[in-house]
Amino acid sequence: MTAGFQFDLCNRNRLLESKGVQGASVTKTGTTIAGLVFKDGVVLGADTRSTSGSTVADKNCEKIHFIAPNIYCCGAGTAADTENVTGMISSSLDLHRYATGRESRVVTAMTMLKSHLFRYQGYVSAALVLGGVDFRGPHLFTVYPHGSTDALPFCTMGSGSLNAMAVFEAGYKDDLTREEAVELVANAIKAGIYNDLGSGSNVDICVITKGKVDYLRNHEYLQNKTYQRRHPVTYGKGTTKVTKEKIIPLSELTIQDGDATAMDTS
Amino acid sequence: MAAPPLQLHTPASIGPASGPGDIKSRPAWSPYDDNGGTCVAVAGSDYCIVAASTRLSTGFSILTRDCSKLFQISEQVYIASAGFQADIRALQKMLQTRNVMYQHIHRKPMSASALAQLLGNNLYYKRFFPYFTWNLCVGLDPEGKGSVYTYDPVGSFERVGYSCQGSGKDLIQPVLDNQLKAASPLVLPSENWMTALPLEQAQDLVRDAFVSAGERDIYTGDCVEILTITTGGVHRETLDLKKD
Amino acid sequence: MSIFEYNGAAVVAMAGKNCVAIGSDLRLGVQFQTLACDYKKVYPIHDHLYLGLAGLGTDTQTLFQKFKFHHNIYRLKEERDIKPSTFAQFVSSTLYSKRFGPWFVSPVIAGLEPGTWTPYLCGMDSLGAIETAPDFMVAGTAPDSLYGMCESMHKPDLEPEELFEVLSQCLLAGTDRDAISGWGAIVHVITKDQVITRTLKGRMD
Repeated sequence: MTAGFQFDLCNRNRLLESKGVQGASVTKTGTTIAGLVFKDGVVLGADTRSTSGSTVADKNCEKIHFIAPNIYCCGAGTAADTENVTGMISSSLDLHRYATGRESRVVTAMTMLKSHLFRYQGYVSAALVLGGVDFRGPHLFTVYPHGSTDALPFCTMGSGSLNAMAVFEAGYKDDLTREEAVELVANAIKAGIYNDLGSGSNVDICVITKGKVDYLRNHEYLQNKTYQRRHPVTYGKGTTKVTKEKIIPLSELTIQDGDATAMDTS
Repeated sequence: MAAPPLQLHTPASIGPASGPGDIKSRPAWSPYDDNGGTCVAVAGSDYCIVAASTRLSTGFSILTRDCSKLFQISEQVYIASAGFQADIRALQKMLQTRNVMYQHIHRKPMSASALAQLLGNNLYYKRFFPYFTWNLCVGLDPEGKGSVYTYDPVGSFERVGYSCQGSGKDLIQPVLDNQLKAASPLVLPSENWMTALPLEQAQDLVRDAFVSAGERDIYTGDCVEILTITTGGVHRETLDLKKD
Repeated sequence: MSIFEYNGAAVVAMAGKNCVAIGSDLRLGVQFQTLACDYKKVYPIHDHLYLGLAGLGTDTQTLFQKFKFHHNIYRLKEERDIKPSTFAQFVSSTLYSKRFGPWFVSPVIAGLEPGTWTPYLCGMDSLGAIETAPDFMVAGTAPDSLYGMCESMHKPDLEPEELFEVLSQCLLAGTDRDAISGWGAIVHVITKDQVITRTLKGRMD
């Protein structure tokens, strides 16, 4: 397999498009993501809904991506782009750490992200909130799809960014405590969840401090169904008419998950 | 939604160059909006259930969490409408006027079948600038059986055993089909075109249909208003849905 | 018309108690003209891993051949079957490599993770954005109909035979409201010890 994008289907797809055929509809994370710098670190937050059109595609997806042990990144935009762009930068930083033997810096991640996004002129549609703590202290950046960046003490992105920013503008103070910061970010995300239709489900939080990361997956689990059926539907055996049946028995398979064996050095 | 690129110049000075042969465009304006929402109606042998979600939205924003989509015409006759709220209101106002006129002329409340035809006529009257509404007309027929009429925006309608309209229609309709419909209309000897459930089970089905639709449809949520119409009167209940 | 609606498809996968099931409709058409009623959209990768591919017929076939080929190579190198989660990553990166000229497919992957025999279920958009689900996954030309049925009917921890009935009813009821999918269906129920494959009787209109 070759690295990088392949463009061999572009001509065919353009031909189809010229004949009036619509192309792909992709999963977007109509999202609320937010980040905040507090006294001794950074708090990142995200909702967990991903949508395709007006339908919810995933009710509990992960939008806070791992970049490095001390850096995480929230992603909004086209789901595939946020997933892959953070993954690529994460593995590049991994190699960089092996080469240099030093902890990754947040600005390095930010620069790599922005140069990738700028190279693709906004067509890789990832809007990111990047946060982390390195030897220079806590850092928080927003990265726009076209490759421009901001360094801010608090920031929001996605379709619910205005809802979340309203909460930040009302509640932000310099040097918040950890508890205050987590609560403020969670409230900002909840503003997006409740008031923006593109955002929903639960609150994910990631707290990064010097030498420690707390990834609080489903920090607030908000969304249980409000009604359980009193007469649940059960389909008895034979409800569905079957015309053909084939049963393949599977012999007991032994699958080894590659346990490491020491090299024979005798 | 991807944020637009930050502009360091005025948009006009550095806007994207228009390609060769580009037709000059002006900002599009549409007289219509879609305010979302879902309506369901189920007819039974001695009852009729009509239900609608109460969220009113535009784009990705919620306008209100408590807006009834059900409209009473006479004691046992309702219409449920989803789509464009302004058109729904205009339609309801017009139907109410016609209902008053009907009562003055005929000295009796309008029946479900009369309203069904009236609604069909009035929707078709605006064939080339339609009301952007998806309607259900619901009530009891003269024998006390539930009756449901389902419409398209330009007034094509039919009496059915159950129906569903609005943004969650695609999610709910197959569930109703599966639970209420007989095998196939082509089956010989012909069977009933719908299976009537006992009232309590039908209410259970409708509640679950909305909770399930609320899970996947972003425009269905907040609350659902369920009316059960019987010869004894109308029973109203509300069930909370998710607020996200 | 969207290119995804050229041939018509419906794919559903569901997790049960130590079992998964995956099924598809059987129609192949060119827009509204039906060409065949025996076109399966679920492909076996190995005994415990099935791949459902909804979308443009030509792309689904090509992609399946690619995946099958790569799995054969994987088996030669590793002397074992690929894990469903590993396979999902492979499908995802294959699709994302064509980010700017995509394959027009929506994959659904259903399998049992070796060792623990717990269900693995995931779906993707045509660019390879993975969405995992603990309960069910759908793809095709009427995803909303299928979502609606699954959301109402699926319960956790179903036994294989119960799972078969639930999935079959969801698939049939879902496709009955879609003009370009249906015409019968096929369902595979995968457990540790066996795979049950059943062809369903569905409406042929």
